[in-house]
Amino acid sequence: MSDMRAENGHLRVSIWRGKSEGCFVDYQVPARANQTVLDVVTWVQRHREPSLAYRFACRVGVCGSCAMTVNGRPRWTCRTHVGKVARDGRLRIEPLRNLPRIKDLACDMAPFFDKWQRAGGRFKGTATRKAPMPRLDPSSPQRRAADAAIECINCAVCYSACDTVAWNPDYLGPAALNRAWSLVNDVRHGEQDAIVAAAAGAGGCHACHSHGSCVEYCPVELEPTASIAGLKRRTLRGLLTGGDT
Amino acid sequence: METRLFVLQRASALLLAPLVIVHLGMILYAVRGGLTAGEILSRTQGSIGWGAFYGLFVLAASLHAPIGVRNVLREWTAWRGRSLDTAMLILALALAATGLRAVWAVIA
Repeated sequence: MSDMRAENGHLRVSIWRGKSEGCFVDYQVPARANQTVLDVVTWVQRHREPSLAYRFACRVGVCGSCAMTVNGRPRWTCRTHVGKVARDGRLRIEPLRNLPRIKDLACDMAPFFDKWQRAGGRFKGTATRKAPMPRLDPSSPQRRAADAAIECINCAVCYSACDTVAWNPDYLGPAALNRAWSLVNDVRHGEQDAIVAAAAGAGGCHACHSHGSCVEYCPVELEPTASIAGLKRRTLRGLLTGGDT
Repeated sequence: METRLFVLQRASALLLAPLVIVHLGMILYAVRGGLTAGEILSRTQGSIGWGAFYGLFVLAASLHAPIGVRNVLREWTAWRGRSLDTAMLILALALAATGLRAVWAVIA
């Protein structure tokens, strides 16, 4: 707490204004005992800068829409306490990396979700509406692998943290591949082969350098690197058994 | 194709790791012992063992290097697609041809 109240109970907050061209604008924001980065941005928008563009919805870490870059690190701002990230009472808030900027702190998420689709991330069940509810064994290795990857909130923090995404525009990214791994292990999904083929293609799992930034920054503590390693094993198995990979 | 290239690069790395260590050890041995070029050639000429060792070395390097260079170029430049793949195939063939020629020169 001591470091965030560096200046008479006020934080010094630099917020990116503009699109790809723009600049940081400084604001003084009252420091509170319990205050998230999203609270800070909201205070600026309500009291100083009504035209400030940013995105949020649930404010409780479920919707995944409020991710921004805070002091150089991608974070979910609604669950990031200012006291944990402020340095000498300063915050530097900018949009997520690796995504086109729309205005101020709002990014265009379309490339992120397009890649989710390209990775085969849309569930396609094989059962009909009249079929009985499938019985899934939650302790089976396959279901445990699916469950380990399933809690993604699509915040794009991993996508922003990933250097391979920055280098390789074709790379599907950690979230899309994590989703793919979840579906590959879902016995109700009908198109596993399509997922494996997408994962084995250009920009798929073999483009990952295993830096682990996605694991480091994932706010819900998923391990996309492990999911991608699983896809690598799966594509190798496909190759050895004569699959089209 | 990406999976095949991934496997080829890892498999060639597995081969290259011990080959490089033996190769470096051989250089140190030859230099410390004060062997002349003629003395080295007298040991390698006609040796099927050294021919196989360095032949394998060259082939593994010819596979490993172009796949890695392809990955680097795809990440750091806008070059990709068929022209890049063709260029890397030419690089692989050039490495194999010049390397095997060098092996032949010290074995034959």
